[in-house]
Amino acid sequence: MQRMAPAFALSVAFGAVAQAAEYSQVQADKSRIAFSYTQMGVTMDGHFKTFSSQLSFDPAQPAKAKAVIDVDLASVDTGTTEGDDEVAGKQWFNTPVFPTARFESGSVKALGDNHYEVAGKLTIKGQTRDILVPASFTAQGPFGVFDGTFTIRRGDFAIGEGSWSAFDVVANDVQIKFQISAASGS
Amino acid sequence: MSQHYTATAKTLHWLIAVLLPGLLGLGFYMHDLPLSPEKLQLYSWHKWAGVSVFLLVILRLVWRVTHQPPPLPAGMPKVQQWMAHAGHFALYVLMLAIPLSGWLMSSAKGFQTVWFGVLPIPDLLGKDKALGDLLLTVHLSLNLTLIAVLLGHVGAALKHHFLDKDDVLRRMLPRLAATAD
Repeated sequence: MQRMAPAFALSVAFGAVAQAAEYSQVQADKSRIAFSYTQMGVTMDGHFKTFSSQLSFDPAQPAKAKAVIDVDLASVDTGTTEGDDEVAGKQWFNTPVFPTARFESGSVKALGDNHYEVAGKLTIKGQTRDILVPASFTAQGPFGVFDGTFTIRRGDFAIGEGSWSAFDVVANDVQIKFQISAASGS
Repeated sequence: MSQHYTATAKTLHWLIAVLLPGLLGLGFYMHDLPLSPEKLQLYSWHKWAGVSVFLLVILRLVWRVTHQPPPLPAGMPKVQQWMAHAGHFALYVLMLAIPLSGWLMSSAKGFQTVWFGVLPIPDLLGKDKALGDLLLTVHLSLNLTLIAVLLGHVGAALKHHFLDKDDVLRRMLPRLAATAD
């Protein structure tokens, strides 16, 4: 045990160095925002090809973490061209008027074991709602990877109006799944 | 004199005879609709009915193999006999191939088939746009072929009944109607 003490001390020291890292350089190519919903009882998947994120996260000071994510709604990929065109339209995202969706973090609560609860504001199609986003953090080499899944109701944001506003064919719940990778650095 | 098909064979024949034109019409109609909840609903119904017909056809094939159908009229020319067998064979092949192509197309297009919204049917293919478009062409071509063979089938049955005046059509009709005349 005695012999191991220096090595232990060393790893703690390195750990402290790693802990001091602030992850802020978002790696767009390693990040992903996907969604799923049910349509006639069938689970459908899609994702957004373009989004930009500003992030700062220091594992030693999670309460100071900040994240702003802007999603280019016209970059939606529902799997079919017909679906993409429809969702960009007036009844869904209405991208000519509301091109981006924005998430802006507020307070961040550490839940332990690298899990966090991020309170924030989500704005889509001119509607802003307070949401709670669970996120887990994993350090992978020089990168910090943030993962999480949360559910929003499309009806809260008027996504799918007119004949789409009933939820019997396309469900109200939409699950959002994100993975954002950021390099530590400055 | 009149040798009839079994009641089971008749039931399956007429059930499918009603479902096929419905599925064909629905398929062409829904494809041209603009995207709407109704369109998505109709697609699901079309797929549920397609899976159902596929299962009914399997049932029919099992019945067909285990129950000898009544023979063709003795005086029927060899060429016509051959055409009748080829036509029936083509109908069976198409009735199996068409739902299979529809199922594969659904998978390739990223819309899993969930029978009656309850029983998920596994996707054999991953999402692949080019393959999905190709399978749409295959599904359409097979259906156009089916329409042609069906017209031949109905035409031949009517020819037997009204021109040849034999019992080929009657033996597939419900017994009451068949014995009434």
